[in-house]
Amino acid sequence: MMEEMVQLKNISFTYSEEDLRPALNDVSFSINRGEWIAIIGPNGSGKSTLAKTINGLIEASVGQVIIDGITLTEETVWDIRTRVGMVFQNPDNQFVGSTVQDDVAFGLENIGVPREEMLKRVEDAVKTVNMHEFMDKEPARLSGGQKQRVAIAGIIALAPEIIILDEATTMLDPKGRKEVIQTIQKLKAERNLTVISITHDIDEAAQANRIFVMQEGHLERIGRPEEIFAVGADIINMGLDIPFPEKLKYQLSRQGLKVPEGYLTEEGMVEWLWTLLSKK
Amino acid sequence: MLEKMLFGRYIQGDSIVHRLDPRTKLIGTFYFIIVIFLANNFWSYLAMTLFTFLCVYLSDIPFKVFINGVKPLIWLISFTVILQILFTTGGTTYFSFGILNITSFGLMNGAFIFMRFVLIIFMSTLLTLTTMPISLTDAIESLLGPLKRFKVPVHELALMLSIALRFVPTLMDEASKIMNAQRARGVDFGEGNIIQQMKAVTPILVPLFVSSFNRADELANAMEARGYKGGEGRTKYRELDWKVRDSLAILAFVVLTFVLLYIRN
Repeated sequence: MMEEMVQLKNISFTYSEEDLRPALNDVSFSINRGEWIAIIGPNGSGKSTLAKTINGLIEASVGQVIIDGITLTEETVWDIRTRVGMVFQNPDNQFVGSTVQDDVAFGLENIGVPREEMLKRVEDAVKTVNMHEFMDKEPARLSGGQKQRVAIAGIIALAPEIIILDEATTMLDPKGRKEVIQTIQKLKAERNLTVISITHDIDEAAQANRIFVMQEGHLERIGRPEEIFAVGADIINMGLDIPFPEKLKYQLSRQGLKVPEGYLTEEGMVEWLWTLLSKK
Repeated sequence: MLEKMLFGRYIQGDSIVHRLDPRTKLIGTFYFIIVIFLANNFWSYLAMTLFTFLCVYLSDIPFKVFINGVKPLIWLISFTVILQILFTTGGTTYFSFGILNITSFGLMNGAFIFMRFVLIIFMSTLLTLTTMPISLTDAIESLLGPLKRFKVPVHELALMLSIALRFVPTLMDEASKIMNAQRARGVDFGEGNIIQQMKAVTPILVPLFVSSFNRADELANAMEARGYKGGEGRTKYRELDWKVRDSLAILAFVVLTFVLLYIRN
């Protein structure tokens, strides 16, 4: 049986009382251990608010959050934060320490890990993200992608079971973005992590197990990538992009080519193209 | 911009001074600044100078760097020295004009004040050049530790200090970005009279403030998400380690004091 890691029951949240529209409106879902979830949606659809609700940075006005069997309350919030690691968008603003190793150690200091063990865990974490030669470097001397890898190291040193990426790759260049995603994928495979990735990068979302589409504070759709992207035009109407193979399909159909109905991955696209051409 | 600033800069190295405990260096520097007022004749200043040069030599940092540290303050130093020379009376008078006169005492005092400035700058530059900002913060936290009993929030002060130091380059970067962005829209910096110049600063200050607030908000979120809940129950990654060489360094300062007391007038 699948083990449920994250469960949200009827979550609602409003930032201030004057807001007519709640930031989150009756959101419910559950995520299994080891799943990679991508949450997509236009700006202001409540994705980041949702992420902050999961580790208790924001307290929902209605509803219940259950992480790994523990219900989120004021007493359990610190316990839950050790299970949920979060990487934020701006690599500069989440760098607490003066050097790479101090930053990675920050979370461990907070939970009172003895120094001997801390040294070992910091070193391991920094090695895992391939930042070992930068141990003593200050943040001002690192690139955006490197800082984001340090942020990840800071999280994995804490050995969480769930990692939330709150648009963690938005401010990076394509190379940095690829590095960060590969690092997370490697970690996920090694430690059976549950990953919740909030993203605008649709090609990244296409690699998830399931995609949650959010709009105006509620969950519009939940489905596997192929199900979500198969709706094509609807996704575009929501203000979102579609993956590259879908774009290609769309352009080909405008050229009068008969294209297959369902969603195609990159490999699927290649497969279909060469079978199509070899028939001629 | 960052490269030119000597203040708070750290030069990586592995000399004996680098390896000293930051608390030793901090105490030593403060102590030196107090002790230098004991010096009041040629021999005592010579002793202080020799001591300083020994410290500088031990740090393995080129002497030129220290000279660069004095350069920005040279006007202040010259001004004080000149005032001292012109207004001190006593001893042989070489030149006199109204209340202005140049005397042997004046010249001597001028020279002493000059040396005092230079030596203090050398020593404090030595402190910042050989100690990482983070270690300095740790040293301050550790030295202020006893004040916890009087409800002084020592941990919070140290944390603020270390975050402030860590954000200095980030904010300087941002300030120059904002300046360039405003220049691109036609704001003139450093032009016109003093009122106009002050007005021109507003388009830098306001965005800088706003973005600092946003940064603070995001940083607080990131810190909380990583389990930060205050100083209670925290362990420390950096450990201060008092070694024999630290005791020896302190001993050197004590010896210096006795030497000074012996040779001063």
